[in-house]
Amino acid sequence: MPEGIAEGIGASVRRKEDRKFITGRGRYTDDINRAGQLHAFFVRSDVAHAKIKSVDIKKAAAMDGVAAVYTGQDIADDGVGGLICGWVVPNRDGSATHEPPHPILAKDKVRYVGDHVAMVVADSLATAQAAAELVNVTYETLPAVVDLASAATAAEIHDGMANNTYFDWELGDEAATADAFSKAKHVVSATLRNNRLIPNAVEPRAAVAEYDHIADSYVLHSTTQNPHLLRLVICAFVLNIPESKMQIVAPDVGGGFGSKIYLYAEEACCTWAAKKLRRPIKWTADRTQAFLSDAHGRDHINKVQMALDDNNKIIGLRVDTLANLGGYLSAFAVVTPTYLHGTLLSGCYAIPAIYTNVKGMATTTAPVDAYRGAGRPEATFLLERMMNIAAAEIGMDPAEFRRINFIPKDAFPYQTAVALQYDIGDYEAPLDRALEMIDYKGFESRRAEAAKRGKYRGIGLSSYIEACGIAPSAVVGALGGRVGLYESAVVRVDPTGTVSVFTGAHSHGQGHDTTFAQIVADKLGIPLANVEIVHGDTNRIPFGMGTYGSRSLAVGGTAISKAVDKVIEKGKIIAAHMLEAADSDMEFKDGKFAVAGTDKEKSFGEIALSAYVPHNFPHDRLEPGLEETAFYDPLNFTYPSGTHIAEVEIDPATGVVTLVDWACCDDFGNLINPMIVEGQVHGGIAQGVGQALLENAHYDENGQLLTASYMDYCMPRADNFPSLQVDYTVTACTHNDLGVKGCGEAGAIASPPALINAVVDALSPLGVTDMTMPASPEKVWRAIQNAQTKAAE
Amino acid sequence: MNITIDINGKDVTAAIEPRVTLLDFVRDVAGLKGTHAGCEHGVCGACTVLLDGEAVRSCLILAAQAEGSQITTIEAVDGTTRQPGELSIIQDAFCESHGLQCGYCTPGMVLAAKTLLQHNPTPSREQVRDAISGNICRCTGYVQIIDAIMLAAERLQGRNQPADGA
Repeated sequence: MPEGIAEGIGASVRRKEDRKFITGRGRYTDDINRAGQLHAFFVRSDVAHAKIKSVDIKKAAAMDGVAAVYTGQDIADDGVGGLICGWVVPNRDGSATHEPPHPILAKDKVRYVGDHVAMVVADSLATAQAAAELVNVTYETLPAVVDLASAATAAEIHDGMANNTYFDWELGDEAATADAFSKAKHVVSATLRNNRLIPNAVEPRAAVAEYDHIADSYVLHSTTQNPHLLRLVICAFVLNIPESKMQIVAPDVGGGFGSKIYLYAEEACCTWAAKKLRRPIKWTADRTQAFLSDAHGRDHINKVQMALDDNNKIIGLRVDTLANLGGYLSAFAVVTPTYLHGTLLSGCYAIPAIYTNVKGMATTTAPVDAYRGAGRPEATFLLERMMNIAAAEIGMDPAEFRRINFIPKDAFPYQTAVALQYDIGDYEAPLDRALEMIDYKGFESRRAEAAKRGKYRGIGLSSYIEACGIAPSAVVGALGGRVGLYESAVVRVDPTGTVSVFTGAHSHGQGHDTTFAQIVADKLGIPLANVEIVHGDTNRIPFGMGTYGSRSLAVGGTAISKAVDKVIEKGKIIAAHMLEAADSDMEFKDGKFAVAGTDKEKSFGEIALSAYVPHNFPHDRLEPGLEETAFYDPLNFTYPSGTHIAEVEIDPATGVVTLVDWACCDDFGNLINPMIVEGQVHGGIAQGVGQALLENAHYDENGQLLTASYMDYCMPRADNFPSLQVDYTVTACTHNDLGVKGCGEAGAIASPPALINAVVDALSPLGVTDMTMPASPEKVWRAIQNAQTKAAE
Repeated sequence: MNITIDINGKDVTAAIEPRVTLLDFVRDVAGLKGTHAGCEHGVCGACTVLLDGEAVRSCLILAAQAEGSQITTIEAVDGTTRQPGELSIIQDAFCESHGLQCGYCTPGMVLAAKTLLQHNPTPSREQVRDAISGNICRCTGYVQIIDAIMLAAERLQGRNQPADGA
């Protein structure tokens, strides 16, 4: 940048997108209304598992203002396809993942409370809702399947799917792992539970579907994280529409966290019915519908064994996981507990032998899919809990036990026992920094001081690694993925030198309008204000894969960087022509194309103008214009890592866990906008604190979701958090141009085990050795009471 | 029923069904989309507006109950003393401190902050934390929102002015 880095890479500039949001001028899907639009409301199953005997729509259809009532039979009669699974894995016996049909309206059977049974379309939402009450569904109820541990022997949920098991997958060397255990000095075992969460973006899902019968084309506004992926699935697999006839627009989207990746039944139904009725159709979820039918997250049982040698080095790890995937397989339900989980089991540690088996189980609960972190929080939780459990059993400080097992910084690239090759890292540096930030050495005096006040104080660490920037497409394909995972960018320079960037990534809070613009402004040496980022509209952007998995900067940002490089290369040839110099003598710096070693130069703006007013232009070599496209397919995942440390105090009278301090040091590679990165870290930690202390999706034994409102599902609030100490170390990613790794999920991955380790540490003087999530006041109070009773006996 | 509500200094009159909430009146009748529906049971605070200067949940109030009151929404929070498009001190502080990400809860947060600072111009961090604990934000972890409100409080007291005079 001519003015230094005031606006470029590394500067904490204010976000370009803030002005519309802070003034209430954001434009979200529910803000959109169309002339003549109808409103949809869905009749949902109120039982967890049943055969549908009949659906009587007569009274509802006859109600004033009702345009139509559709059932699963109507959908089936029209040849509409079902929702699909985007990634499958082989079973241990070589057979394939069982993919049962997932109709957009249930016809024969319902498989969770909230399953879609009928769609009422009316001239107002109130009328649609009232008419839905008149739809009479007769069910023959079947036993609910709620308990994950016993799901394999419970009532059959999908015809012909044995043991309610979608897949039974393995990774790693079972024999080598067994051998390691046979040689172990210590074997540490635990069964851990990763609780079920509901993502709860504050903006509920919504859709506005329009059909133009003259052009035979569609526009669907949707709260999606990935408009092109949505278009591909809805067109090619569900509604059989030419992709060129479908425009998907994801305008401002109020948070996603994974839950808005997938095509849902409601969007497909609205689009289908918009053609039937030749009227725009709008649907917006209320909060209860969001709780019932958004894809849930996590929900594992992990049986873990860790083998240690004489020197307290980990020599083997075995993990057997049951993953609750709910009543249907959601789009990325299979990959989340397998390739996004099993491959992370080496963590930051040199573990020579690892074996894992994952069984993906059906239950009569909502589908479970990727939620912030997606598989990696589950892997990190079990591993980082085991690190503390093992350290306690061998009587070693948990920080030192981690340190001696870290992959040394001179061992990169490091091939793990579970398929991944880490390109670079230095795990001791962030550990040391975080220990210093929280004053780890001074902890025991703080514990003693708290004890004088009648409080139990504890400290807990978590050293995590994650695999982000998904992914090399060829690797994904070889592992069962059915999509490519590159990202696209078009960089369009205008004649006056302003720049529009069309990106396939989608921003729903991450600040791409700013971060991406900083990359372009920095590389081209132009003001940030001259760069506009366009995303979220399939008619404007190149085919892109969208935003999830902390991939937008590492993959999407790199695509932008590569397209900018092409612009610069073309600009050099134009400038060389204008300056009558050789291409090879041209250099581009600080926004100027110059002949090396001379004062002959052309500004970026002059070259842009020349590209569009090509009077003096190398027509024999170049086409006019200055617009370049890049599709970037990464060479490897990126591997952010770091250490988070939680300090808590527990009030024995109430069992309330208060988070009193937090220190984290993350290695995200290079930072583009540290202010935005800090916000991402905070937000991730907040969701992890939610998982560890507050949130839990609870179904009763009949499969009724008891936590279907904010009165029952405890969301993190401002008073749950202290100030958070955040710092960074940097090892730059070796295989993308920007040296970046991604930061969006780190907090949610790192924080739950840090918190539970801290809670257990606080209660360890009482002999407490484990605590399930969430560490609610009731559970903590009971643990204290039980420990005290035991001590008294 | 016919009702008239003063929204942001303008009378908005409409024939509505008695069950219409103030939230729906603001969004669908007045056409002001900055007030958001998050939970519609009064728990998340995304629908916060000011009713006679006090923060209320517009999803829990019937439009008819607001007749005769002055409603202020996010669209008018910057007041009348500023140039169009210029941000209020509170809004500006939110941008400076990165107190917003997806923007959905933001209007409610800003109005909650405005009410707090009207009643307590020099709040402690703890008081700010309490004041916004009725508003759910899923993105930020709240720390930068609290930073923003503390910064706004200082600036409203004439301290810590931005270098560019914004």
